[in-house]
Formats: sequence, structure tokens, C-alpha cells
Amino acid sequence: MTVTFPHKTLPWLLIAPQLLVTLIFFLWPAGQAVEQAFYQEDPFGLSREYVGLENFIELLQDPSYYNSIAVTFIFSFSVAVSGLVIALILATMADRILRGQMVYQTLLIWPYAVAPALAGVLWWILFDPAQGPIALWLEYIGVDWNHYVNGSDAMILVVIAATWKQISYNFLFFLAGLQAIPRSLIEAAAIDGAGPLRRFWDIVFPLLSPTAFFLLVINIVYAFFETFGVIDATTSGGPGQSTKILVYKVYEDGFVGLDLGGSAAQSVILMMIVGVMTVIQFRFIERKVQY
Amino acid sequence: MIENRPWLTFVSHAVLIIGVIAVALPIWVAAVASTHPAEAFGQGSIPLWFGDYATETWQAVLFNAAGNGVDVPVWKMMLNSLVMALSIAFGKIAISLISAYAIVFFRFPMRSLCFWIIFMTLMLPVEVRILPTYEVVANLNLLNSYTGLALPLIASATATFLFRQAFMSIPGELVEAARMDGAGPVRFFFDILLPLIRTNIAALFVILFIFGWNQYLWPLLITTDDAYYTLVMSIKRMVSVADGAIEWNSIMASTILAMLPPVAVVIGMQKMFVKGLVDSEK
Repeated sequence: MTVTFPHKTLPWLLIAPQLLVTLIFFLWPAGQAVEQAFYQEDPFGLSREYVGLENFIELLQDPSYYNSIAVTFIFSFSVAVSGLVIALILATMADRILRGQMVYQTLLIWPYAVAPALAGVLWWILFDPAQGPIALWLEYIGVDWNHYVNGSDAMILVVIAATWKQISYNFLFFLAGLQAIPRSLIEAAAIDGAGPLRRFWDIVFPLLSPTAFFLLVINIVYAFFETFGVIDATTSGGPGQSTKILVYKVYEDGFVGLDLGGSAAQSVILMMIVGVMTVIQFRFIERKVQY
Repeated sequence: MIENRPWLTFVSHAVLIIGVIAVALPIWVAAVASTHPAEAFGQGSIPLWFGDYATETWQAVLFNAAGNGVDVPVWKMMLNSLVMALSIAFGKIAISLISAYAIVFFRFPMRSLCFWIIFMTLMLPVEVRILPTYEVVANLNLLNSYTGLALPLIASATATFLFRQAFMSIPGELVEAARMDGAGPVRFFFDILLPLIRTNIAALFVILFIFGWNQYLWPLLITTDDAYYTLVMSIKRMVSVADGAIEWNSIMASTILAMLPPVAVVIGMQKMFVKGLVDSEK
């Protein structure tokens, strides 16, 4: 904006509320997390001593931390890939049909509004080994399902719950992306004799790849941070450590285990991960603007 | 439609219908489960067709107590959720509007520093900095209060960004014309700017309302007094009572009530919702 209002105090008054809230509830706590990461504190907060990088070293020598990293990657990757594939299939189909598109859209997007914790609880009961209809059906066809004792069953459960909630989001963006592809391109390919499948792979899919990449980043961020509710309301990280994603471990070590230094060190590492992801997202957005 | 392939159209509808059914399956089971008495569970499969205990369950949950260790009726928790969701949505919109206004329409020292401080909050989701934020709020004596529920979640770089983007697309001539006619910054804001970005605000409101209503970890941590319980987090308190004693019918009824308002907002304001979603990610 080249034309502005000449004023000295007004802009400060306008920006002050947001700056205050940001400083008090974002930067101060974040700063404390960074500081805490270099201290060892007893659980009652009575004494603490400076330990340098020891919290980080301890963390990086802890096999359960590596386990948590592995769990997070398996979880995020599964959620992102299955969410994207299912949404892409549904969006492609919805883009094809002429009648009823809005009806399908309405019926597919509402899970976006469901809180992750509720999504978790709903699927939890569907898969309940003793009375869940899906678990009983699995038993009927010979699959032994018990997410209370079997780690991979628990992982599949939280992946399904987290994916279910995210499909609507991906679907909307894919549908918008599909509708932005010029009809003339598809028509030209059809005249040249390319069938629907060929047109999808050679024209639609490449043109959709920016959307897909954008959604991939968003989905991974979602699986990293926003799925806390899914885990907490269902498996609580268990059985064993099999669904303990990084965000859940930060919370558990800090609030339940009262290992303040270790939890803070994890927070710092997580903040760096979010930072990197934000940069990736930002660079992508810049590229999109240039096109 | 490029060419007429009836079988492909048929397949498309079939796939979509399967998708819709798969997406709706959990709600179906939840709705059915809420119409049976608590004794119907724990013996074989969950009933798959509606029972005749619906009014009892729903009435008990809504007006007496949610059950399963939560002694507050659901309507009270819905009220808390509503207060939280609305304060977050209105609060975010209000402070982001004026801060974006300051950043775009004024020149002042350290302007870009302020912008970057706000921008950094993008990198700090509440789950990541949970423990120190809890300590700060505890030190400020805000545990178990509506202020404590809403205020820490109010600062939002996303909303500020969105408004900044919208403001920057407004032609400078408009500002010039307004100034020439003697309008000050306050007058310009209310009489010209706000009417221009009305739809952006409405679209953002939908997204923020859902965000606020669905808050989970934060209310779970800072409310120990059940007068401040929000509905979404209470579901967790309900399912964590000792196994076997769980009254699934009341949990399922509460769950449906917990998702009803945001789902209604999404479906009722579908156009605004889609616009808000696409805008806020740009």
C-alpha cells in the first residue's frame, strides 16, 4: 500500500492487542521452553540447575524417543497417503458427474467439523474387540483384532480415525483443483483418442501435482500436531509405545512424567520441525504465486 | 462432460455412494447406540438398529448429567463450548483486523519487526508449547475461567495474514479519495474497509468457530472445575472411566451433540466455509 495515513500513535494502539497476546501467550512460553530445555528441575519446581545440552543428549540417547519418531513418521505417512488417495478418487468421480455434485460434496465434507477426539472415540467403539461391529465382522472373516494388546491394530485404528476426518479437507481442495483444469485440454486429448484413464494420468494428474504437494505438507502438519486428540481419547499412546507420537510424548513426559527439562527439549525440537515445515509451505506458496 | 460413457458414470456414482456411506458409518452406529439402554452393551455386538430408549438417553444426557463420571448436563457444557468458540472467533477477528489495518495502512517504526513477531506464532501450535503456556496461564490466575480458555488461543497469524492480503488488494485511490473527502483512519475503517471485506470476515468466522468449538487439549488441562467443562473434552473424561462401567448410549448421545453445532455450521454455510478454507490456506 503506497497511500497511508499519517499518524504516530494510532497504529501502535491498533497493533498493541495482538502484540500483547502474542508476547504473553506465545513468545514468553516459547522462550521459557527454550530456557527450560537447558535446565534440570525437580518435579516440585523447588530447585533447578543448569545442565547445558544434557537434556538433548539424554533425549537423543533414549530409545523410546527414536521409537516415538518412527511411530510419528509411520502415522503421518499413512494418514497423508491414505487421505490423499481416497480423496483424490472421490474428487475425480465427483468432477466427472453432472448431476448431484453438490449433494455428494455436502455429504462428504461434514467430517471436517468433527473434533479429532470425537473421531477417535467413534472409530474406537466401531472396532471394539468385544462389541464393535467392524471388529466382530473381522473376527467372522478370520482376522483377529484387538487394539488393546496389538500395537499395529492400535496404529491402524488411529490412522483410520485421523484419515476419516481429513478426507473432507483434501476432497475440497482436489475438487477445486480439478475444476480449474481447462476443459479444452481434456477435450483435445479425447479427440486424439485418449481414454479416461490415459487422460487422468497424462494430463489431469500432472496438472494437479501442485495441489497434491500442497495437501501433502498440510496433511503431514495435521498428522504431526492436530491428531493429539485422536491419540489421547483412544489409545493414549499404547499399547506399549506403539502409538505414542511426538506431540503426545511431549505432553506425557511433561504433565504425567513431570520431566520438565526433557519435555522442554522435545518442545524445542518440535518447534524446529514446525519451523522447517512452515518454510517449505511458504516457499511453495511463493512459487504458486509466480505461476 | 467430454464423452458419454454410461458405465463410467455409473461407476462414479457407485464409488461416491460407497464413500458417503463409509464416511457416515460411525454416525449411524453412534445414533443407533444412543437409542438403547446402557445394559444393551457389553454382550455381543452393539445393536445395529434403533431401539426405543432414545428419549430417555437424550433427555438424561441433555438435562440431568452427561454420566460416566461427568455430573454436568450436556446443555451446560455446550454453553461453555459456545462461549469459548464465539470468544475465540470474535476475538481473533477483532484483533487481527485492527493489527492488519495498522500494518497495511500506516507507516511506523519497527513495523516489519511487529509483523515478524506475529508471523512467528504460526510456528507455535499450542500442543508444542503446552507446558510453559500452562504455567503462564496459571501464574496469571486464569485457570478455570473463560478468559483462560479463550485468550491464549486468540493470537493468530493466519487471520492477520488473511486480512493483510485482503487489505493490500484494495486500491490506493480509495484511500486517497477518502482522505481528500476528509475521512480519518477510523472513519475509513468503518465506512469503507469493513463493508468491502464483509464476506472475508464471514468466511473466516466459520473456520474459527469450528476451530474454537473443537479445542481439546487446552480446555482439558486448564479446567478442573466442572462449571467450565467444554463438551468436546468431556467426552474424553467420560470414556476414561473404568472399563465395563461405561454407558455407551450416553457417550454416543453426547458425542453427537458435541459435533452437531460445528457440522451444522459447515453444512448451513457451505459456500462461506469452502471460501474460508481455501482463502485461509492461500
